[in-house]
Amino acid sequence: MSKFSKGKKSRGATISTASLPDIVFMLLFFFMVTTVMREVDLKVKLSQPEASEIEKLENKALVSYIYIGEPNDSKKFGTEPRIQLNDQFAKVSDVAPYIEQKRTEVVEALIPKLITSLKVNKETKMGVITEVKQELRKVQALKINYSTLEKVERKRRR
Amino acid sequence: MAGRRELQEINAGSMADIAFLLLVFFLVTTTMDTDLGLARRLPPPLDINQPEPPPIKQRNVFVVLANANDQLLVEGEMTDISELKEKAKEFIANPDNQENLPSKTVINVPFFGDYAVSKQVISLQNDNGTSYDLYIQVQNELAAAYNELRNDLAQNEFGVSYDFLVESKDKAKVKAVRKIFPQRISEAEPKNINIGGK
Repeated sequence: MSKFSKGKKSRGATISTASLPDIVFMLLFFFMVTTVMREVDLKVKLSQPEASEIEKLENKALVSYIYIGEPNDSKKFGTEPRIQLNDQFAKVSDVAPYIEQKRTEVVEALIPKLITSLKVNKETKMGVITEVKQELRKVQALKINYSTLEKVERKRRR
Repeated sequence: MAGRRELQEINAGSMADIAFLLLVFFLVTTTMDTDLGLARRLPPPLDINQPEPPPIKQRNVFVVLANANDQLLVEGEMTDISELKEKAKEFIANPDNQENLPSKTVINVPFFGDYAVSKQVISLQNDNGTSYDLYIQVQNELAAAYNELRNDLAQNEFGVSYDFLVESKDKAKVKAVRKIFPQRISEAEPKNINIGGK
């Protein structure tokens, strides 16, 4: 059993680098899986309502997000619900240009498939949401999705 | 042992195994945050020149009003959100063909043959001060009413639930079920907002 003898065999041995590619690939895969493209910094408080009759948003490239809620920094911006588009606060009148901008980014054939996802804090009053919806109707962005969390306790599936 | 330690070679043969183990671990535990929500379709903008649509008979409309104090008025009665679904289900299906619930017309539906479909419309009207939470709850309960009726119908006819039909992409059957219980939730035009937008 000389194979397992603790004899002095090697001097100045080096650490094998044979598995370095594996590690690198592992890291690569990990980052590929977890990286989310263009996550915006939320400037509004977002505690979404819960619902059970929900659907998944399939193609994220076709979704434009509108965030509405009370500003995080309420000392600076007050407590009135604000609209956030991309990374900044916006007015209701900025919604239409935002949708048009999104439309220029996709192939023309996909424009009717664009979905607007409304991520709204549940304590927001409907007034501002109705205004945004009217604005969306004006620019014919009719497919919307009220973003919600999944209601856990009362599931309907049989 | 006496004397100076030898620098020993680390066996790197299992490194790849460890790497894959970690990879699998992260793959399993990382949750892609999927976006969930209630999908709705807004009505197209109103055309001022468009003639008024013919009025809908009152018995065919299920009126849901939500006020600024998050109270519900369903068909003229104060209602709790928990009762909304049952009321909506009774209205949509009108199982006993009651006089004050929606009238029915017989149409031909694939798989079902001639079927009496009710002319139901749900009208939802909310105040500017209604909370978004209540609005979503109402939308959710109404959608649940439709989905439960569709489920029961599909269960009786095909022996599987409507959800199963949707998941298995059985489009013809889904379409037939939807034709019998079409989801018609109409939201009232906000009154204080200028739609023309000048």
